[in-house]
Formats: sequence, C-alpha cells, structure tokens
Amino acid sequence: MGDITKENTIFKPELLSQALLDSFKKLNPLCIWRNPVMFLVEIGSIITTLGFLAGLFFKTGEPSWFTGAVSLWLWLTVIFSTFAESLAEGRGKARAESLRKTRTEVMAKKLVNPESKEKFELISSENLRKGDRVLVEAGGIIPGDGEVVEGAALVNESSVTGESAPVVRESGGDRSAVTGGTKVISNQIIVRITANPGEAFLDRMITMVEGAKRRKTPNEIALEVLLISLTAVFMLVVINFNSLITYSVKAAGQGVPVSITMLIALFVCLAPTTIAALLPAIGIAGMDRLFAKNVIALSGRAIEASGDVDILLLDKTGTITLGDRQAVEFIPLPGSSEQEVANAALFASLTDETPEGRSIVVLAKKKYQMRLTALPHSAKSFPFTAQTRLSGVDIDMDSYRKGAITAITEYVKNKGGNVPSELEEIVKSIAKSGGTPLVVCHNAQILGVIHLKDILKGGIRERFVQLRKMGIKTVMITGDNYLTAAAIAAEAGVDDFLSEAKPEDKLRLIREKQQQGHMVAMTGDGTNDAPALAQADVAVAMNTGTQPAREAANIIDLDSNPTKLMDIVEIGKQILITRGTLTTFSIANDVAKYFAIIPATMITIYPQLDILNIMHLANPYSAVLSAVIFNAIIIPMLIPLALKGVKYRPMPAEKLLMYNLLVYGLGGMIAPFIGIKIIDIVISMFI
Amino acid sequence: MTAMEIFFDIGVMLFFLIVLTLLIKPLGTYMTYVYQGKRTFLSPILVPLENLIYKASGIKQDEEMDWKDYAKALLLFNSLGLIVLFLILLFQGILPLNPRGFPGFPPDLAFNTAVSFVTNTNWQAYSGETTASYLTQMSGLSVQNFLSAATGMCIAIALIRGFTRRTSQTIGNFWQDVTKSVLYILIPISIIAALLLVSQGVIQNFDPYANSSLLQSFQTQDGQSINNQILPMGPVASQEAIKEFGTNGGGFFNANSAHPFENPTPLTNYLEILLILLIPFSLTYTFGRFTGNTRQGWALYATIMMLFTIFLGVMYWSEYNGNPIVQKLGVTGSYMEGKEVRFGIGGSVLFAVSTTGTSSGAVNSMHDSLTPIGGMIAMLLILLGEVVPGGVGSGLYTILAFAIVAVFIAGLMIGRTPEYLGKKIEVFEMRMSVLIVLTSGILVLIFVSIALVTYAGISSILNPGQHGLSELLYAFASASNNNGSAFAGLNADTLFYNILTAIAMLIGRFVPGVAALAMAGSLAKKKYIPPGIGTLPTHQITFVLWLAVVILIVGALTFFPAMSLGPIVEHMIMNAGQ
Repeated sequence: MGDITKENTIFKPELLSQALLDSFKKLNPLCIWRNPVMFLVEIGSIITTLGFLAGLFFKTGEPSWFTGAVSLWLWLTVIFSTFAESLAEGRGKARAESLRKTRTEVMAKKLVNPESKEKFELISSENLRKGDRVLVEAGGIIPGDGEVVEGAALVNESSVTGESAPVVRESGGDRSAVTGGTKVISNQIIVRITANPGEAFLDRMITMVEGAKRRKTPNEIALEVLLISLTAVFMLVVINFNSLITYSVKAAGQGVPVSITMLIALFVCLAPTTIAALLPAIGIAGMDRLFAKNVIALSGRAIEASGDVDILLLDKTGTITLGDRQAVEFIPLPGSSEQEVANAALFASLTDETPEGRSIVVLAKKKYQMRLTALPHSAKSFPFTAQTRLSGVDIDMDSYRKGAITAITEYVKNKGGNVPSELEEIVKSIAKSGGTPLVVCHNAQILGVIHLKDILKGGIRERFVQLRKMGIKTVMITGDNYLTAAAIAAEAGVDDFLSEAKPEDKLRLIREKQQQGHMVAMTGDGTNDAPALAQADVAVAMNTGTQPAREAANIIDLDSNPTKLMDIVEIGKQILITRGTLTTFSIANDVAKYFAIIPATMITIYPQLDILNIMHLANPYSAVLSAVIFNAIIIPMLIPLALKGVKYRPMPAEKLLMYNLLVYGLGGMIAPFIGIKIIDIVISMFI
Repeated sequence: MTAMEIFFDIGVMLFFLIVLTLLIKPLGTYMTYVYQGKRTFLSPILVPLENLIYKASGIKQDEEMDWKDYAKALLLFNSLGLIVLFLILLFQGILPLNPRGFPGFPPDLAFNTAVSFVTNTNWQAYSGETTASYLTQMSGLSVQNFLSAATGMCIAIALIRGFTRRTSQTIGNFWQDVTKSVLYILIPISIIAALLLVSQGVIQNFDPYANSSLLQSFQTQDGQSINNQILPMGPVASQEAIKEFGTNGGGFFNANSAHPFENPTPLTNYLEILLILLIPFSLTYTFGRFTGNTRQGWALYATIMMLFTIFLGVMYWSEYNGNPIVQKLGVTGSYMEGKEVRFGIGGSVLFAVSTTGTSSGAVNSMHDSLTPIGGMIAMLLILLGEVVPGGVGSGLYTILAFAIVAVFIAGLMIGRTPEYLGKKIEVFEMRMSVLIVLTSGILVLIFVSIALVTYAGISSILNPGQHGLSELLYAFASASNNNGSAFAGLNADTLFYNILTAIAMLIGRFVPGVAALAMAGSLAKKKYIPPGIGTLPTHQITFVLWLAVVILIVGALTFFPAMSLGPIVEHMIMNAGQ
C-alpha cells in the first residue's frame, strides 16, 4: 500500500481508462438522478439529439449541423461530469483494492474454553464473532479486530499503516488493540475479537475509501438546495424567455421564434453545471487526499467539521513534548563546582536505565567530557524504590544519590549533614520554569541540582503559530502541576492549558467549550480518552490507540502523529473552499453566457440589440455553440482543481474572502468572455 | 436644465439622505425598546392602553409562541382582515359614509383589492375617488394600511429574535408584537405626520364632493361644453400618513401622491418620501441593536444605501437626459412628461426610487412615462425582491435571507461551514432563505409567461409593442413583490388580472413571510457560536460589497432576458429616433 499513498498524480493512465468506462455507465438516468442538475442536462441532451435526428428527415428551422453540435456538446457536458466523479472514485477504489488484498481469510485458533489456552478449534476468520477468544502465535495473522487480553507480542502492522517497523501490542493499558490482517512476529497473544466479520476496521476503511456508501454531508445538501433552486429559476427563465420572444416577434412584426435547441442551450449554460458536475468529486477527492496522508475519516461530516474546529485539545506528553524529560543543566550549590555536580550526577545515574537517568549520563559526557563508562566492581547500585524515592550507587565508602528535594534532605540529615539555605531557592526556580529538579548529594554533602526538562518536539511552536492563523485555539492537557504546565505552555506557545487533568476533567472541558459554541477537536489514544473523544466534534484516534479510543473517534490517524490534525483541518477547509469558489465561479460565468446567447436569439427581432453583443461573436449559431462548448470544457479543465482542492492560505477571513472573490468571482466573470470569444473565432473558421 | 439646477437637485437629495440617516438611530433605538418591552417616553400614556387591549381581547402578555403558533396567529389575523375588508368592499353600497352613493365593488375587484391591502401591496385596479366610499377608505383600507405594515414588522422582529435568542423554542408573541407595532410606532408618528400634512394643505373632511365652476369652459370632441368640475373630498391626510409610513402606497385618489390634495407642496413631497423610507431603514439599526453589535445593522444600511444611491443616480441621469425624440420636436429643458412641475425632476426621481425600492408603490409621477432606463430602474428595484430598503419589515427579512445566501457562499470560500451572527447556516436555513429570496422572482416569471401566451393576458395591453411588454412585466413585478405601483397602460381591472395579481400578491407575501418565521424558529433553537479569527466578518466592507453583488446578480440573472426585450429594446429604439 505504501506505493499508493505516495502517489500524487491525478491522471494515471490505468485509472483514466477505467474512469472513462465508468463515466459512460453513470449516464444511466437512474444513476445520474442523484445529481439533479446534471440529470436535467441529460434530459436536455436527449431532446436536442431527438431534434437532430428529426432534422435529418424533416425540415426544421435551423441547420442540422448546429443541432448536432449542440447535442454533442451537451452530452459531453454530462460525460465530463460523470467522468470527474468516476475519476475521484477510481483513485479511492484502487486504494480499497490494495486494502482488500490484505483482508485474506485465515484460519483462527478459537479457544474452546476462554480460561485455558490448551484447547482450541480451527475455524475460518469469516466465522469469528464478537467476544470469541483466539490464540495467535508468532508468524500468525491476527484473524480480526480485537483486544489483547493476555500476553505481549511484536506485531507488524504495515498492511494497515504502511509502516514496516513492528510495534508492541500487550494486554492491559493503551496498547492492547490489534487490527485484523496484521501479523504477529514474536511471542503469542490471546485476542478477544471485538468486531464481527464485515464490520471490522479494515472493512469500514474500505467502504469509506471506495466512496460507495458515501452519504452527502449536510453542507453538501445545503449547497445543493441553492444549486437546485437556481436551476429551477433558470428553467423558468428559459420558459419565460420563450414567451417573451413569441410576444416580441408578433409585436415587432419580424424575426423568428427561438428554437428548442437554443432554449435548451440557454438553460444548460445558465444552470450551475460547473459546480454541479464537480461537487461529488470534490468530496470524494477530499477523503482521498486525507487517505494519502494516512488518515482515515470514518465520516465525511467529520472532515467538514474539522474545517470549523476552533479549539484543539492536545495531550502534552507525546504530542507537544517528547515522551520523556531530559537533563539540560547541572546547577552547583555554593562551595561546589559544576564539574563536581556533574561527576556525582554521573555516578548516581550510571546504573539508572530510565530515560531521565540516561539523559543525565549523556549530558555529563557531552557537556563535561566525562569519560567514565563503567563502575568498578565493588560498586553497589541502589535503584529507585517507592520507599527511598532516590537512586544512586555506593562505591566503596562513597555514596552518590539523586532524588527529589524531600528525599535527599531526609537522606543527608540522617547522615548528619545539613541542607544549604540556597537549595530551596534553586529548586523553586527550576520548578517555576517548568522543569523538574533532582537534587544530587555525595555522602552527607548536597552538591547541586540537576535540571530535568520537558523537551518540545521540533517545529511544534511554528505549527501552533500556524494554527492560530487558521483561527484555532490550542489547549494543552497535562497531568503536571499548574506551575510546570504554565511554563511548558508558555514555551510551546499554546493558548491555554489544563493542568492536573483527569479524564473527567477533559470531558468537562470539552462540554464546557461546546456549550459556548466552540467546535472542539481532540486527539487521544488511551482508553481513558474514549469518553472525551466521543464527546469531541472531531476526534482523532491514533492507530496505536486502544480499541475503545478508536471506536469513539471519527478519524483514525494511521501514523499516530498527533499534529496530523492540522492536515485534517486544512483538508476540511480545502473541501469547503473548493465548493465555495467553484460555486461562485459557476454563477459568475452566467453573465458572459447571457451576453453571448441573448443578443444571438433576439437579433432577428430587434437588430438594435446587437449592441449587447459586446464580444462581437460571428453569428447567432456560433455564439450559442461557443457558450455551450465553453460551458462543457470548463468542467474537465477544473477537474484537477476539484481533485487537488483550492489551496488554503492561513490569513484573516476578510482577506481570504476578498482574495477568493477576486480570483473566482471577478475571474469567473471575465474568463468566459475571453474563452467564448476564442471558441467563436475557431468555430467561425469552419463555417 | 442648467448646471445650477442639477447642482440644486443633487444638493437637496444629499441633504435629504443625510437627514434620513440621522433619524435612523433614534427611531431604530425606539423600536428596539418597544419590542424588547423597555420603557419609552410614550409608555406612561400607552402602557395602560396596551394593557386594556390585552385584557379586552384575552391576550396573555408573557405567553411566548414557537414559530408555528406565531405563524398560525399571523395567518389567522390576516385572514380575518381579508374577509372583513372583502365584505366592506362588497357591501359598501348599503353601508354609511357614502355621500356619492358608490355601489359595492364587483366580487373579483373586491377580492383583488382586499388581498392587495392585506398584503401591504396596495395594487389598485380601481380609482379611489370614483369607486370607494369614505367608510371603505377609512375603516377598510386605512385599517389594513396599519395592520399589514404591522404584520411585516412582526415577521422582521421574530426573525431578529431568531438570530439573537440562544437555544430557545420561542420567537415572541404575535398578538403582543402586532399591538405594540401599531400602538407605539405606527399610530404616534402617523398622527404627527397627518398634522404636518394638513398644515401644508392636505384635506381632511367628510364633505360631499365639491362643485366648482371653471374659469374657462371646455369643449369636448362631441361638442358638449363643460362649465364646472367636481372636486373629490375626503379624510385624506389621516390615510396619507400611514399610506407612506407603512409603505402601503394605496392612494386616496387615483393620481396618488401626484394629486394636490394628497401631496400639495415640495415640502410634503419630501416629508412623504421620508415617511416611506423611515421604518425600512431604521429597522436595520433595530436589527443591529438586537444583536448587540450595531455594526451588523450599519453593514446592512451601507449595502442598501449604496444600491439606493446608485439607482437614484442612474434614474436621475436618464430622466435628465430625457428623450431625444421629444427634444427633436423642439421641447427644451428636462424630461417632464408625467411629472408634476411642483416636484421637478429631483423630487420626482427621488420619490420614484423610494417608492419602488421600498414596497410602497405610492407615486408622485407616472412611472409609465419615465424614460426606458428610468422605468427599468424602477422595475429593477422591485424585481430585486424589494430590499432597497424594502417594505416595512419585509425589506429587512428579505435582505437577511439574501445575507444568509451571501454568507453561505462566502463562508465556504473561507473554509468554514457558514454561520451568520453566530448561528450555523444549515440545510433548513438555506431552504427557507432560498424561498424568501426566489419566490417573488419565480412568480413574476410564471405569471408573465402565462399572461403573454393567453388572449386574456395580451388583450389588456393598451400599448402594443415592447412598451406593452414592460407594462405587463411591471404589473406582475409589482404584485409579486407587494409593491403596488403600476405602469399605466394596462387594463388591470379584468377578471384575469384581478385573480392572477391577487394570487401573486398572496403567495408573494405569505410564502416568504412564513418561511422567515420558520427560519426564525430554527435559528432560535441553535446555540451561539462566538466569533473567532476564522469567522467571516459580516460587518466589514468586503461583506457589504459581496451582499450587494449577490442581490444584483440574483436579480440580473433572473431578469436579464425580460429586461433586454422590454426597457433595453425601448431605449435602443428611442435613441435610434424611431
């Protein structure tokens, strides 16, 4: 699947030919009915085609090449529209196909008695039901979505995520979810199946990607209301136009009534065909772009909602900061040197395998060029315990310890040492800056303090700046105390934070913000995030997350990268912007089409109206045909834009509106004048 | 016309618009207080009266209605008004206060007239002074002048409440709103206006028609000599005030505000224009006050005023340039056909733009005689859906529907699912807005098509040719948009036109009205979304321009063919000197 996600070209030859085939299948009226505007265009094409055929045998008022050409281009208008949709779907289908390949039927070892893994029966994965427990051994394929209830294993999930490095899946905690179709590499686990066949994660992904079950989103329906109403009005305009012409021919005593072909041409040109043709493609392509970023939206609504998100809740750990704290500085107390502190800290940490401990060693070696790599054999290490709350080593008579201020104070006092008055000051200042102070002592003497710090992920600050420009407020959630949280929040540049947060606090915060009318997005992976995820408007679950978290979410991030939300927001906005700009463009086009068709149809009655023929089109037939052709070819010309989406520029709403109005509104008004004129020049070379 | 005169006209119009603008805030604030139930300086007198009305009619004051109850009450109220007026018209012959002994209206005309006054249209297929008794004028037509105006204001206020209430099921109490509209707003100002009009010479009496001998006798074509004329009398001033202030426009006399007893001096002329524009413009401020951000109201004002000024300028330019054919005949000076000399071009054009821009339909000049472009402007102002600034109440709720359509597209363009004033615009709001915005246009297209292809439709056209087309178009534009003014030259008092225009008026009034209430109900239920930096600002210049463009584009796209074959062709023919 990896190769597909990287692919960025729109027009792949094999996709193109398939799409072309599908676009003809979609001409079936029962199928095109879903798009009422294009349905009417198709009916128009049928009528003009009949007119053309009739013109071959009977004498009609207009040249049959004209009726024929208009019919042809009307059919092309419909086909371009079905082609756009097929093309968007085709890309999704190709992805779905590759996903489906991974969903092979496997034989599962279903435990007969859930309590014992000794007895199992072999059954097909198709027959597994929710609640069944299966044993999966090294080299085996996990037969369905589920939760590890016993054991731990390395699992290769590349079939779903495209990521080849295996991940740990273990019972209990936040890494218990497994996906059907992934492969166990080592150890054995017992999995409780949580989805019936056909309802599994992969199946949902496939249906979403295929666009088969894609329901129109509320916003799409609202836009359709507008488009269909306008189309209805234009139909009446054309009927009214016919009456006006009939009356005027009588009143003026000259001229010819307007033909059915002309009326239908006028209708199709006025109807917002451009946006109506591309509307389905825009939505499907949006999902597809998300998928290309390894994000699966479980509903189109969620993507649209993400465009509206104005508050983003982020877990501190793993999202804003790297998972672990790191030592950044050694601060000596009066009477000792930095070197001494570093030395003592190094001794106290050499046997400490925690990430913090390792970071102390790294700092001591890097900054103070300490060479010591191993302790003498006589050394005795004291790992951190809940009772002592400190760790360190004893080397012969020397003891080195590090720990929280209270623990070290107690330790030193027991040894008869005293606590320098400056210590408190230093410890406080570190805590205030968001760091964690670790006090270091050598025997009964306190030497200094290690400054442990949360390290921000690279580039995170810039991303928050970008989010702010998009109008999204970031809220950091952390279990840290208020002071630490405040310091990290300030450093990362988040707008707000929630400290000492428990799961119910998250839920409450989301409810509160929603009550105030905000749209809240949240990323999470743990089971305790599930309630909050279910409450959030846009809930992104990490693919590494637990099953409850994934079920509560409406978007799954296969890369498990929490800042992915920014991409999701961007694509959500892009979909809306593309819809809005193409609607504006489509309607703005009508002005020029009026100026092409109206004078052409009226000129025989009132030659004075030639003044409205501001494009100086050659003759009435080529004028009408040019408008119809322009109306048709603008659709394929805009397919790339519809599939890629209009670029979203983070800038104030007012400016963005002005920009898009100028480009697509004013541009949409001017472009067809030029386009129609050029087409007219070409046509008049032949007739 | 000299440069001096143009300079004078423009100066007067500018002064007028400034005075109008200065009055918006006080009246808008006053209306806000009235509808919010706050104390105003009139409360000491009116509160007891108001309570008495509630007590007498059994209205519970604090009972709130959801949109369905509100709409039911409103429709019931208007149906009753329609029936009562219909009966008065039908039986005026046997009712008192009928010094001329006019017979009852024929049923189709009575129906048309009753619908016309109940829908705030005041389309008149009859001539007041030769058809309607004093009783009909005062207790029939004038009463509806008040009530139809109040109905429009109620819908507007209900919609405003929809925007400003949060997660609320109700949108106000219709009976209370309608009482307050009449009692606190329409009656007090109408009294003052009527007194001012009387001071300028507008008549107010129940006298029989006066007979005066002519200074010079007059020979008719068949040789009869006529020595005296009949001067119609009546309680004109009281009706004139509400006719303008409620954007009704139904004249006491057939000549409407061109008649010296309705509109005797340039001063009354400007006063009447001011009355026409006052409530529609001030409601934009009321809207802003209600939403807590007056800039939202001023943005609507700016949109409307911009369009108003443009249309005014074009019509003035067209009328000033006049008709080259007439000029060739040696008539110098500005184009005065159909205009009253005491108002001049400036006073006539300002009136024409105001009366067509609002749904008033009162006239002080003959719109039929405007230059083709001038007539097209008048027609366009109506065809845009009556939003520049539109009728009392109806103008506001229509432009709000336009604003929702504008917000919808603009919102998409900035990447948000659209919201207006903190309320999400969803499928239901779009449906209702589209109904409000497009209904009148659809009616015009359908009815004009019907009239053009039926004998009954065409046979009423007195001026064959493209001007006849313009007249027909104007008639249905006027009826569907509840304006009421007319290009003369169309014999409208036929069964065909009486029924068709009545249907157009009813649908054009109540479909958008009920849609606005439904939208109010749906909006009120929604929660409020606070604006952020990603929110589309609807009080800034970009949105003002965009809203104006949306209004113009919708109108232009719907009526471009009709305009081309009507006024534009006429203009070409005129310029060609044919």
